[in-house]
Amino acid sequence: MAVNTELQGASYSLPQPYEVSREAIAEFARAVGAENPAHFDAEAARGLGYADVVAPATFPVIPSQRCEGIYISSPEAGIDYSRVVHGQEQFEYVRPVVAGDRLAATTHVDGLREAGGNAMITTRTELSDAESGDLVVTVTSTIVVRGEK
Amino acid sequence: MTAEHAARPALADLEVGERVIETAVPVSRADLIAYAAASGDHNHIHWNERYAREVGLPDVIAHGMLTMGSVLAKVTDWAGDPGAIADARTRFTSMVVVPDAESGPPSAPTAQLDLTAAVGAIDADAGIVRLDLEVASAGEKVLGRTQVKVRLR
Repeated sequence: MAVNTELQGASYSLPQPYEVSREAIAEFARAVGAENPAHFDAEAARGLGYADVVAPATFPVIPSQRCEGIYISSPEAGIDYSRVVHGQEQFEYVRPVVAGDRLAATTHVDGLREAGGNAMITTRTELSDAESGDLVVTVTSTIVVRGEK
Repeated sequence: MTAEHAARPALADLEVGERVIETAVPVSRADLIAYAAASGDHNHIHWNERYAREVGLPDVIAHGMLTMGSVLAKVTDWAGDPGAIADARTRFTSMVVVPDAESGPPSAPTAQLDLTAAVGAIDADAGIVRLDLEVASAGEKVLGRTQVKVRLR
């Protein structure tokens, strides 16, 4: 199976916005050991000037990996998921994610190249407010598909 | 609210090169299951040892995003504001192997992340400090070029 390099520039969107809940934020915060009360207590979050509980910094991977997954798992992509390793990750925030956000997600396949039997794929996923269209956070991810050797 | 969260670092008090975080984060098999559930990343290599070995890994390994998420949690807890991160980037340079516990509950830690964060740059006009993170496990660097820009007052 070979990675399809003709998909450079393609984009994929989640069919429905990802709805950010207080419960999902609290569960994620516990899983990564984030202890600030503003992850768990809306009053504490309001005390810091936020509308509701605040998501941990890497929480946007939930919708971004879901959206990247549409591309990665599509038969046309030619990606053997068992050979995928994570190379790089970046979050560029316009504003923090808070409970109640409805995030639209679109993944752009920005870079797709083969080198030494491996394929290196960079995706950029834009998470935007589903109502206003305003960008909230951009998640850039690079994966390496190890060659069959 | 607790007192430790009330004390927030001020930009004016920081100096380039100053080490602001030095801590160890224990990791257990149970932590990987909890992260899989919270994140929706159920890749088999993070919980099934047989499958991990079949695809050429030494054992079950931690999600790269669990490592990144755990160290960024220490940064936001230090900042006292979980919404203070403007930008965070990392490279996954080596895997964090998480063996099964010899006996007893799988919540017993069998791996550890060693984190240090130092002030890399201060942009007083923008109100942003850049922290440069070093993250190792079992003596090997697991995250490379990890930079986090934090908004402080």
